Amino acid sequence: MLVKLKILRFDPDNDKAPHFQNYEADVEPTDRVLDALNAVRWYQDGSLAYRSSCAHGICGSDAMRINRTNRLACKTLIRQVAPNITLEPIRGFPVKRDLIVDLTGFFEQYRNVMPYLVNEDPMPTVERFQSPEDRAKYDDTTKCILCASCTTSCPIFWANTDYIGPAAIVSAHRFIFDSRDQAGGERLDILNSREGAWRCRTIFNCTDACPRDIKVTKAIQDVKRAIMSQKL
Amino acid sequence: MVYRGSEGMWAWVAHRCAGVAVLLFVFVHVADTALIGWGPKYYNLFVKLYSGPAFRLFEIFLAAALLFHALNGVRIMIIDFWEGGTDIQKPLFYGVMALFLVVFIPGAYIMLSPIVRSMLGG
Ligand code: FES
Repeated sequence: MLVKLKILRFDPDNDKAPHFQNYEADVEPTDRVLDALNAVRWYQDGSLAYRSSCAHGICGSDAMRINRTNRLACKTLIRQVAPNITLEPIRGFPVKRDLIVDLTGFFEQYRNVMPYLVNEDPMPTVERFQSPEDRAKYDDTTKCILCASCTTSCPIFWANTDYIGPAAIVSAHRFIFDSRDQAGGERLDILNSREGAWRCRTIFNCTDACPRDIKVTKAIQDVKRAIMSQKL
Repeated sequence: MVYRGSEGMWAWVAHRCAGVAVLLFVFVHVADTALIGWGPKYYNLFVKLYSGPAFRLFEIFLAAALLFHALNGVRIMIIDFWEGGTDIQKPLFYGVMALFLVVFIPGAYIMLSPIVRSMLGG
C-alpha cells in the first residue's frame, strides 16, 4: 500500500528552522514505520537521518512522535497509522538532525538516581535470595529500555527540562523496591528534591507512551507515597 | 497541537485552565471588595455591574470552572492516595465528566432562566 510520510526535517548546519518534507513509500500494512523510513532513506533520500539498531523494540533507539504520539518506529505497524503518517522527533531534547535528538541530558537524569544495586553487606557465598512476592514489587519497572518515550511525552518536562522525568523515576523505582538494595532512602531523597517526583502532575502521557507497557505513572505514585511514608 | 494525549492530558489541561480562571476571578473579587474603601458610591456601582446579564454568563462560566476543578481534584486525590487509583484514572475521568454534567446542566438552567425571562420582558 502507498503511504504518505510527512517528516519534520532539520539540519542545524544549513536550516534556520525545522520544516516538513513529504515522501511516499510503498509498504505492506504489516510492515513497521521503520520499514517505511528505510524505504525512503535507501531508495529516495539518503540524507534523511533517524536512529535504529535492533529493530525489535529492545534497544530503544527509534522513539519518535508518530502522528503526534511517542512510539517506537520498529514497533508501530503501518496499518495502525496509515495512510498519512507524520513523523517528528521526540520533544524536549535538542534536535541533532531530523528525527535524532541529543539524549545526553536524558542519561544524566538516569545516572542521577543511582540505577544500580547498592549493597554494602559482605559478599555472600550464594545468591542474595528474594521471595517471589518481593520480586514482584518491582517487576514492572525492570522492563525499561531507556527509549525516552515517557520523559519526552511529559508536558511538565517540555516546560522544565530540569525535571528528572518519568524514565529516571522508573529506574529508581526498580531499585528502591528491591529488597536486596540498601540505597532506597538515598534515592528517595534525590526524588524528594525540587526537580524530583513531585513535579509529576499525573498526566499519564508517559503511561500511554511506554512501548513496554510499563505503568509509569503508577511507579511514580509508588515513589511519592514511599517518600511520604518515609517522612512521616 | 504538538502532542496527542488522552484523557489524563485533557483532564490536566482543563484542570489548569479552570484553576487559573478561578484565581483570576479571586483577584477581581478582591479588587471589587476593596472598592468599599472609597465609599459606597463606587462599590455599589461595581456590584450593580455584577447583576447584569453579561456578568451572569461569566458567573456560569465561573461555576463550571469551579465545579470541574473540584471534581477533578477529587479524582487526583484518589490517584495520589489510593494505590489502585492510577489503574482506573480513565473511568474516574468519565465519572468526573458525568457528575459535572449532572450538576452543571440544572445549575446553569437555574442561573440562566431569570435573565432570559427578564430579557424577554417577563
Ligand atoms: S530499533 Fe531498537 S527499539 Fe526500535
